[in-house]
Amino acid sequence: MIELDCRGQRCPLPVIKLAQNIGKVEVGDVVRVLADDPAAANDIPAWCRMKKQEYLGSPAENAFEVRRTT
Amino acid sequence: MEFTGDPAGPAYLDAATAVPLHPVAREALLAALADGWADPARLYSAGRRAQQLSDAARAAFAEALGVRTDEVSFWPSGTAAAQAAVLGALAGRSRQGDTLVHSAIEHSAVLHAAARGKAVEVPVDRLGRLDLDAWERAVSAPGVAVASLISASHEVGTVQPVAAAAGYCDESGVPLFVDAAQSVGRTDVPPGWSLLSASAHKWGGPPGVGVLVVRKGVRWISPYPQDDLYRPQWPGGADLPAVVAAAASLRAVRAEAATESVRLKALVDRIRERVPATVPDVEVVGDPEQRLPNLVTFSCLYVDGEALLHALDRAGFAVSSGSSCTASTLRPSHVLEAMGVLSHGNVRVSLHRGTTEADVERFLAVLPGIVAGIRREAGM
Repeated sequence: MIELDCRGQRCPLPVIKLAQNIGKVEVGDVVRVLADDPAAANDIPAWCRMKKQEYLGSPAENAFEVRRTT
Repeated sequence: MEFTGDPAGPAYLDAATAVPLHPVAREALLAALADGWADPARLYSAGRRAQQLSDAARAAFAEALGVRTDEVSFWPSGTAAAQAAVLGALAGRSRQGDTLVHSAIEHSAVLHAAARGKAVEVPVDRLGRLDLDAWERAVSAPGVAVASLISASHEVGTVQPVAAAAGYCDESGVPLFVDAAQSVGRTDVPPGWSLLSASAHKWGGPPGVGVLVVRKGVRWISPYPQDDLYRPQWPGGADLPAVVAAAASLRAVRAEAATESVRLKALVDRIRERVPATVPDVEVVGDPEQRLPNLVTFSCLYVDGEALLHALDRAGFAVSSGSSCTASTLRPSHVLEAMGVLSHGNVRVSLHRGTTEADVERFLAVLPGIVAGIRREAGM
């Protein structure tokens, strides 16, 4: 798992960082995004749906986990 | 900036915020400024002339909305009318309950009124359609005073099941308020509601005219200090010339509505098809079938909504966005959040009678390059 610290960054930056880094983990592995922009909780799951990746949920406040599926 | 319909000139594509003044409204406004300046309550001839204009305007609204003339009142904006509807209906039903049931996609005017007291929010699905089962459960619960449902989403265009929602309200004896700002002048609102509001500058009337209808038998108590007439009305004089212009333009746009809807729907269909075909990673949002004829919304991945609006403005296009960076609160649109669709890179395009096919073609031609440019700058 890799962790991307995007706290303090406004959307769409956390989603851009996620897209740029998802290829750095193996298929089946997880990327955790730390983001406190209020749009992240909405836009990270929406990105997963559009890009066919698996959104695993938010294990803690301002943290979002995505599993690479392709 | 003049929006002249010149094929190479700027194109105003934000009708859902305000429609340019209809020529009939302009004419009526000028005539009424000359003839309708006096206080209609006064007993001299200038006052009587103003009263006649006021009565005629009220009658025109009553006819257009299918209601009685004494059910129509004029307010300083659609927001004021919507908030008066909610707060007045809640006050009128305080013995029966204290809770407002509302959809998650109401206009912020209604949500601000809802924040005054107890409220229950009913969700929508990914297409922005009201969850009718949840609505039925919510309005039939004890303690519900009023329910509020927008006729069609001002952000994504999805038309709401007003008739079915009104049926559930009726079964529970709960009055339904419908915010019809995006529908009046374009499509008919199904019957069954108890209160309805509209806004003249959404159909080409002047800004500063809100319309509120409170059906007979609906108990409504003014949220403002009131005179002894106890009729729903704004506690000051209405802007009569603007009201006259609003009435005249509503009649004119209703006469054009059927043909305009067909024309604009075809242009919106073209945007709905071409944007995802020419711009990668785009989500067109809202119901593909049950929607306003003139409005389309889409979100572009990896694009800053504010940057997109400014770039489109420089290219000569006025559009709106539900992205957080374009909102004063820096929060994404509550409508896009409620639907669970992408909120950044969001663009709302809304067309009106002045929009030409050439405007739309030009928009479709410049959009892919603008989006690509912003993505490139962001490193995507």
